[in-house]
Amino acid sequence: MLARPRLALSRDVAQAAYRLLAAALLCAMLAMLSDVFLTTSNIFNVLRQTSLLFLMASGLTLVILTAGLDLSVGANIGLSACLAATAIKGADSPMLGVATGIGCGALIGLANGILVTALRIPSFIATYGVMWMLAGMTYYYMAGDTIHGFPPGFRQLGSGYLLGVPMPVYVMLVFLLIGTLFAQRTTWGQQIYAIGANPVAARLSGVPVERRLILVYTVSGAMAGLASLIVLARINSAQGDIGEDLTLPAIAAVLVGGTSLFGGYGTVAGTLIGALILTLVLNGMNLLQINSSWQPLVTGVIILLAVWIDNRTRRIGE
Amino acid sequence: MSMPSLAQLPMSVARVPGVAIVLVVLSAIFALTSPGFASPANIANILTQSTILLLLALPMTVIIMTEGLDLSMGAVLTFASIVLAITVLASGSPVLGFFAALAVGSCFGLANGLLIAVLDIPPFITTLGTLGVAQGLSLLATDGQSVVGIPRSIENIYSGALAGIPLPVIIAAIAYCGTHALLYHTRFGTYVFALGGNREALKMAGISVRGVLIRAYVLGGLMAGFAALLMTARLNSAHPTAGIGMEFDAIAAVAVGGTSFERGNGWLLGTLLGVVAVGVLRNGLNLLAVRSSAQVACIGALVIIALFIDGLRAEP
Repeated sequence: MLARPRLALSRDVAQAAYRLLAAALLCAMLAMLSDVFLTTSNIFNVLRQTSLLFLMASGLTLVILTAGLDLSVGANIGLSACLAATAIKGADSPMLGVATGIGCGALIGLANGILVTALRIPSFIATYGVMWMLAGMTYYYMAGDTIHGFPPGFRQLGSGYLLGVPMPVYVMLVFLLIGTLFAQRTTWGQQIYAIGANPVAARLSGVPVERRLILVYTVSGAMAGLASLIVLARINSAQGDIGEDLTLPAIAAVLVGGTSLFGGYGTVAGTLIGALILTLVLNGMNLLQINSSWQPLVTGVIILLAVWIDNRTRRIGE
Repeated sequence: MSMPSLAQLPMSVARVPGVAIVLVVLSAIFALTSPGFASPANIANILTQSTILLLLALPMTVIIMTEGLDLSMGAVLTFASIVLAITVLASGSPVLGFFAALAVGSCFGLANGLLIAVLDIPPFITTLGTLGVAQGLSLLATDGQSVVGIPRSIENIYSGALAGIPLPVIIAAIAYCGTHALLYHTRFGTYVFALGGNREALKMAGISVRGVLIRAYVLGGLMAGFAALLMTARLNSAHPTAGIGMEFDAIAAVAVGGTSFERGNGWLLGTLLGVVAVGVLRNGLNLLAVRSSAQVACIGALVIIALFIDGLRAEP
């Protein structure tokens, strides 16, 4: 129903090319500055971190495409990871843990969706409130404890390899495919773009706006739940503050990936490139032994730059 | 200049119940469940502890009335407090430290204002970015450690009293009266009321919307600098995580106080009551020995309920 114009498609391709070029330049720079960058273990490290960031950011991309925002993804990872960890250890069942993690994430997303649609609370303030509630609940639940030592089968999800490539990379590629097909090739996906571009027009042309919004927040929550499992399997322990530092980078990845904060424009594939760029920056800072205290500062500046560039591009576009 | 406040009057009256009921219900619950709650000493304690929050909630009200938001306040307060402590330790002059804190706050406020008004970056994402910047600077300046060894003269600002009234309460009262005058009796205040809800009309009237926005955020930064003074005096040190999340309590107070997030209707007295309500909630939960993590969840729930009621009011 909403065939995207050819012009927009070529703009997508050009923007993706610029961003890949930026990623390549970053790689070249880091390879020159650090001996460690091109080692297999570091490359795998970058890929794992990119996968994690992408999984969080892919769901968030859908939310931002509707001109919304989900600030609760990091706190969602915290609670989902801790509950999943309890299920794995308590019931000795990784499958139950996976279901708990994704289920908990999806429920949190559903709650966000209901707050934004039924109660009509602006998304950034609703998800900000939920973020603090989740953080409080997680700290209360864990009471400073750590849950660690998961069965090797479960740990494969985060630290295992298949054909010499880290497992999370496959998860990332699967969701890149699903996300892209969903957003570009299904009616629901196109409706999400339509809501972001012009909610009033979308409603008038028969798009069930509320139901689609609830869907994107639920998907964003479920993806955070899935990401929490990858973190859990990788670091082999769960703590209350596990997702705290992940919200800003996830938002940055979406925005650097070219998705407009004002909705209606962007792609899931762009977010993958954004996640890669952000991971390269943070990984490079680690390799160059820059104090990790710089990370929130740099991420904050990257977010501001990305939105500023988006603003300028949109103005030129108009 | 009496027109806007007159026009607001019926709306204000309609709102009194909401936040007042919250306050009365919370107070009643805690008075019944914890014996120490209603004692004069504890009530004085609540008021003193609420002063830092009020200093943030007052400009937050103004900012939210412009359909904006400042998520960076807690982090800016923290960084200003660290700069204050470091300056005092290096120079030995509390006055210099105080002005350094105000300067830091104002600079962040100005940066927020410029990014929002001139570069057109949405407020929540701008201040999320500057939150990251301020938090990073705090960690860098302290290496994650507390800054201690501040002279007693600073401590006295929080623990001292003038004519039997605690100093922080006097500072908060001045801040409240100042913000009230600014909002209800100046041109700037009138523009703030006009801005939330009908930005285009203000533009067409030839008024610089940018100027109003920038001033609102500078006010936010400046007051965060003031709050940093009280915070440093209260803790007798500066810590890189001391103010994290303070902006959330401030937003909660504004929301509970009945200022609306989308239509820019603001009510300063409501914010004052909202601040006391959040203070009562925190204090009561403390007395009941509820962990601070659970307190955060309770305040989160309070915000959602307040916004829900706000949404219901908008129905007709």
